[in-house]
Amino acid sequence: MQQTYPQPKPDPRQTITPKKKWSWYRFMQKVGTPWLFIAPIILLHLFVVAYPAALSVYYSFTEWSGINEPKWVGFENYRKILFDDPQVWSAFGHNIIWLAFFLTVPFMIALFAASLLAQVKRGAMVYRTLLFIPFILPSVVTASIWRNLLNPRLGVLAQIGEWTGIEAFKIALLGRSSTALITIAYIDNWHWWGFLMILFLTAMQAIPKVLYDAAKIDGVNKWQEFWNVTFPGIRPTVLFMFMMSAIWAFLAFDYIWILTQGGPAGSSDVMATVLYRNAFARFEAGYAAAQGLTLSFLAGFIVVIFIILRRRGWEI
Amino acid sequence: MSVQSQSDFNPAKHHRHNRLGSRTFHHVMLFLLTASAIVPIAILFLNSLKSQSEFGQNPIGIPRALHFENYLRAWDIGNLGQTAANSAIMVVITVVGVLVLGGMAAYSLARKNPPGSDAVMLYLLVATTIPVWLYVVPLFFMWRDFGLVNTRFGLALIYIALNAPFSIFLLRSFMINLSSDFEDAARIDGANELQIFSRIVLPLTWPGFLTVGLVVGLAVWGEFQLALIFIQDPDAAPVTTSYFKFTQRFGRDWPLTSAGAVMMIFPVLVLFLAMQRRFVEGLTQGGAKM
Repeated sequence: MQQTYPQPKPDPRQTITPKKKWSWYRFMQKVGTPWLFIAPIILLHLFVVAYPAALSVYYSFTEWSGINEPKWVGFENYRKILFDDPQVWSAFGHNIIWLAFFLTVPFMIALFAASLLAQVKRGAMVYRTLLFIPFILPSVVTASIWRNLLNPRLGVLAQIGEWTGIEAFKIALLGRSSTALITIAYIDNWHWWGFLMILFLTAMQAIPKVLYDAAKIDGVNKWQEFWNVTFPGIRPTVLFMFMMSAIWAFLAFDYIWILTQGGPAGSSDVMATVLYRNAFARFEAGYAAAQGLTLSFLAGFIVVIFIILRRRGWEI
Repeated sequence: MSVQSQSDFNPAKHHRHNRLGSRTFHHVMLFLLTASAIVPIAILFLNSLKSQSEFGQNPIGIPRALHFENYLRAWDIGNLGQTAANSAIMVVITVVGVLVLGGMAAYSLARKNPPGSDAVMLYLLVATTIPVWLYVVPLFFMWRDFGLVNTRFGLALIYIALNAPFSIFLLRSFMINLSSDFEDAARIDGANELQIFSRIVLPLTWPGFLTVGLVVGLAVWGEFQLALIFIQDPDAAPVTTSYFKFTQRFGRDWPLTSAGAVMMIFPVLVLFLAMQRRFVEGLTQGGAKM
């Protein structure tokens, strides 16, 4: 029997024509001009993001109003955040509530709506379009719509209270400490879940049809079909958005500032609104920089958790 | 792409033998969800046409008489002519800046791949996860020292930088699939890099540029947080922050503030309905929360 040995492959380095002599023209062609194209926007980005981010680290160790010379105070700002500022801790608690809300409610609504929409043919495009519209509205408009709708005297709930005679409907949801935060979360979610649904729907449409056929042959019910065919197919999208939602939960600002500015009595303050006031109303810029770093650390912590889970074999 | 794949995939077939009621259930639920998304916007529109006295008695119903003068009042009192122009200027500067500078970078990264490209891509990827709160405080005081605070150009510069990573990724993905034959042919004919970019690459990848332009324009038009920080001067303010102040001052005159809101979302809605597919494609690929 004849035995075949794998032929040694020719060394690619030797087959290529020997390297040409360095020339200015060739350098510009391969390196210079391409970098001239890349450089402007990268330099701008470094200047707007990376450089101030690095400065932030320095300022976080100083007492600085933004106007005077920064005075080095070591870890004083961080000590204050951790042990001496109940406002920050209360705001952190609200961020956790925000996190719990945005990791559950939008995902449930979006998954439900997407799985309905994936099975509907007639009118699917109309539903898709209309459900997406809230996402493109500017935050100030969304907030204004809902501030009016939730008005305790003239809003929708107040009208229901008027018709039914039940006084409990005439509640100032945004004006009470017990309900303000969760009401803002509801409003933010009204604008947000349609987008999440479109992401899930797109992922569902990429699932091969044969998998559904196979499931049908096996005689599974709808619930089993969802958990064994649909969900595994969209899992990467769901988990990625889970991670992003967790990060965003620590950065929330727009809707809270527009609707209550953290009130009443700090009951809807989150870390970003506290930071904003410290930096731009109280001019404690050094302290605000330390808070920015703390916030970013929390967001980074979420990313690290996801990376560890992925290393452990989760398919994210 | 989305429309095509949607018609290929039809799980409805798999449920053909289910009870007749099941499809009805889907439509009822979808109708309710759609109503919850659209009715608030419809009420906004209806309220913008009522007189203030009618509004007091009929806050959610259909208006009895149409008061279009609310729109003129909102335009004047809300200073919308000035602020919409400010926003439009920032949209234009940002979109042009992102498309030109981002397009050049994407072209170079996709077609030339010079040494260091991987590092640039990694930097852009990391950059997308850096929270605005990490750098906004020093950035504000830097911008103040440069005299860029309270200027439309200064804020637009920030918008260009922040939209750069998403735009470069998306444009690069459009360019990387391009065949290099056209470029080679043009190069043999003696075209320089700029000519190749503008005469060959741009005409072949314009859908990517359009998508990026729409998504970035939409984001800038509705941006609130940075505008709040960087522009306090009412003469330079965009529609978002000035509308916010407007609703705080005239919070009780709902027909007035509603008319202002309708004018603000009108261009957005028209553009979205006209070019829905590109918007959705761009927004879902950007994964951006607004």
